[in-house]
Amino acid sequence: MNKIFKNSFKKALVDILKSLPMIFGVVFLISLANSIIPKEFYLKIFQNNFLIDSFIGSFIGSISFGTPMTSYILGGELLSQGVSLIAVTAFLVSWVTVGLIQFPAEAVMLGKKFAITRNLLSFIFAIIVAILTVLIWSIF
Amino acid sequence: MKKTEKSRFSLYFLFSMIFIYSILFFINNSLFISSFNFLIKILMQIYWVFILVFVLMGFSNYFLTSGRIKEFLSKKPGKRSWFFSVLFGILSMGPIYMWYPFLADLKEKGMRDGLIACFLYNRAVKIPLLPLMFFYFGIKYVFILSFVMIFASIIQGFILEKIVGDKK
Repeated sequence: MNKIFKNSFKKALVDILKSLPMIFGVVFLISLANSIIPKEFYLKIFQNNFLIDSFIGSFIGSISFGTPMTSYILGGELLSQGVSLIAVTAFLVSWVTVGLIQFPAEAVMLGKKFAITRNLLSFIFAIIVAILTVLIWSIF
Repeated sequence: MKKTEKSRFSLYFLFSMIFIYSILFFINNSLFISSFNFLIKILMQIYWVFILVFVLMGFSNYFLTSGRIKEFLSKKPGKRSWFFSVLFGILSMGPIYMWYPFLADLKEKGMRDGLIACFLYNRAVKIPLLPLMFFYFGIKYVFILSFVMIFASIIQGFILEKIVGDKK
């Protein structure tokens, strides 16, 4: 039992260490982007239209990949740059639920029709979830 | 992308960033300093969250194995299976592609496509990562998002079954 417990934490440590290069890389990139890109740039892409913003957020999240940790850091920084919460939410949700990079593996293991349908639905649901979340959030 | 390719890509990505910063140090020192200061600021803000995430991941690995999940999902039909798909989707750890063989095996044993989709969708709600989410987005937002996502996962599962035509 003690050995299993140790191995569980060893695995956790290995998983975190493995994700560190990507996380550090993203933090490096965010810091550089923060210095180069003016805040107005983000405000130009995201136009404070809840449908367009959530669509763009969902699209960017869908084509991005990495651990959810990376998406939280990236999303948090986008938020501080003035990007709307709806866009950031759609980005966070689609980052994890839409798997374009893993699509070939998913199609082989679980079926092509399943993989296509699931990823398309996840893209649409990222928009719906973002709108609903922010709507409820603003009420409470 | 295979696991080794992904790790290699992550390393290449990090080294590319270090290389860019090294060049900046010589050609645009002020940009280097402002970027580096911002980098340190972010790292100082989030380092303690990683320690918390590590502890939660350790406990999650200990209490939840794929064998235990399999036992539940392949034996509980009906409405309860939706509940277990949501629960195990949330509790499951590791990269998504590690779970495909496991889910393919469950599918062969009769698990419905909607439940698989529901399981995969709920992998977005990660308990060990909640501290990091709280830090960036606040507790209220994270709870609302988690509940909306759980609800959405079930709806998505039903819609997917209608489209794919799987009603086991």
